[in-house]
Amino acid sequence: MLEVALRHAWPGFALDVAFTAPEGVTALFGASGCGKSTVLAAVAGLLRPLAGRVALDGAVLLDTARGVVLPPERRRCGVVFQDARLFPHLSVAANLRYGLKRAPRDATGPGFEEVVELLGIAPLLGRRPLGLSGGERQRVALGRALLARPKLLLMDEPLAALDAPRRAEVLPFLARLRDVARLPILYVTHALEEVDALADTLVLLEAGQVIAAGPVEALAARADLPALARRRDAGALVPCTVLAQDPARGLTRLGFAGGELVAPLRPGLSPGGRLRVRIRARDLAVATEPPRGISMHNILPCTLLGIDPAGEVPEGVEVFLRLAVGATPLLARVTRDTVDRLALRPGMPLWALVKSVAFDHAAGSA
Amino acid sequence: MMDWLGPEEWQAVRLSLGVAARSVLVSLVPAVLVAMTLARGRFPGRLLLDALVHLPLVVPPVVVGWGLLMLFGIRGPIGGPLNDWFGIRLVFTTEGAALATAVMSFPLIVRAVRLGLEGLDPGLEAAARTLGAGRLDRFLGITLPLMSPGILAGAVTAFAAGLGEFGAVITFASNIPGETQTLPLAIYSATQSPGGEAMAARLAGVSFALALAGLLLAELIGRRMHRALGRG
Repeated sequence: MLEVALRHAWPGFALDVAFTAPEGVTALFGASGCGKSTVLAAVAGLLRPLAGRVALDGAVLLDTARGVVLPPERRRCGVVFQDARLFPHLSVAANLRYGLKRAPRDATGPGFEEVVELLGIAPLLGRRPLGLSGGERQRVALGRALLARPKLLLMDEPLAALDAPRRAEVLPFLARLRDVARLPILYVTHALEEVDALADTLVLLEAGQVIAAGPVEALAARADLPALARRRDAGALVPCTVLAQDPARGLTRLGFAGGELVAPLRPGLSPGGRLRVRIRARDLAVATEPPRGISMHNILPCTLLGIDPAGEVPEGVEVFLRLAVGATPLLARVTRDTVDRLALRPGMPLWALVKSVAFDHAAGSA
Repeated sequence: MMDWLGPEEWQAVRLSLGVAARSVLVSLVPAVLVAMTLARGRFPGRLLLDALVHLPLVVPPVVVGWGLLMLFGIRGPIGGPLNDWFGIRLVFTTEGAALATAVMSFPLIVRAVRLGLEGLDPGLEAAARTLGAGRLDRFLGITLPLMSPGILAGAVTAFAAGLGEFGAVITFASNIPGETQTLPLAIYSATQSPGGEAMAARLAGVSFALALAGLLLAELIGRRMHRALGRG
């Protein structure tokens, strides 16, 4: 468990944050300039904040009130930078071993071969960083950080410098690393797809302040967080289990707490596998009675919990419907007119409709 | 063999090579330290130190030689104690010629090293810190290897330039054949003596060839090392 409380300021900007990060991935999410990379640098010890306290499993890394400031080399925080920062004069193997050689003898963690295997970088070991692709470099950087046997992994937008195909190449390795490392991982990003694919806990930052923090599914289903709700891809994040693959009909059937979803066949999944599906609020329609003769696969009986303003301009034209399908919260974005036409009131039973092809874009292993 | 140069001409060539080599040996470590201080340090007086280091590039070499004579002469504030306590005399000696050459080529090394340092991503050292490397560890394992092309380029350039230092050497160390009469001084003497034109021409040719070889070598080493260090 990582505990962070920091205050820092420079002209025109003030940072004042406090949050805790349990084991698993905690995403620091926010727009550029919200202070998320500053938080990460302060935790790593690369930036000294005006005031603050950082403790990892009870061990104090920074406590300005007591004058404790551990230098980065003694914090045992593995850092993956956006620009990889591999040492250009050393081979990939020597880069990987750099931290390993300097780790305390009693430190435990996955071994060299295991990490090389996990990240698929065995063919690169003898090469120099200069000749690697961006994705390869970032995989080596992940391995180097993990092999330093850290107690905490810090990732500063590790995919931001890569193009979309490279991001897709590295993302599964990040998920595997998360499952193997069994460490708190602080993951700075402004990409929601990375949050969806990796994060367990979400810390929302805006202008140097934490505006919300908690399990990522709980925050995704809230309509009152503009940083999430005003995005085009706003919507609920639903943890699912693969129930069956149906190649004959070209469908994948997914189970979640409260029902089933049908998605276009996604090869590579096997029954029992877990993944997370983002159901965007704008992809969700509602009906007051079960529709018939309709193309949509997913017709989920649900309850309308509440109607919230969508906060768009001009105001009051669109609203969020907060729905519950069993234990799973969903968000739908509809016009105010729909609410009036269907006389929607909280507590009403409704049917939530989602096209199965709406799931093509947002999912990750969880 | 090699009889196209006379014995005293060979002597001047050998002396020049020795003086230049010694000057580089003397100035290399301090120059690297000063370059690092200038590139990384933020302290009052940095600009002054910067200007002071670069003075030999703009002040007439004769003035540098005169300054050395004042400081290191056997009655000077440094030369006096050196002579009285250790019996070390620098004026009018080969060591003196090397010192004068070192002062003159000092800014060349500082500039080259500093250029190499400023091209070095400080993020790499930060990464080394997060991987558990302490200050000395980082310097030896990351900073020094990555700035070595700059150091080497500076050293070779300083050596090539040191072969031809004239004003400071003749002022501080005088023009003594076999002791302080380096290539340019020998050329100067040859042009001053009747019938010395041929000797002057030969030595000038040698000077030219050595300087050119030095510069080419610096370029070649620089490229090799950049490749060896994985920087393209």
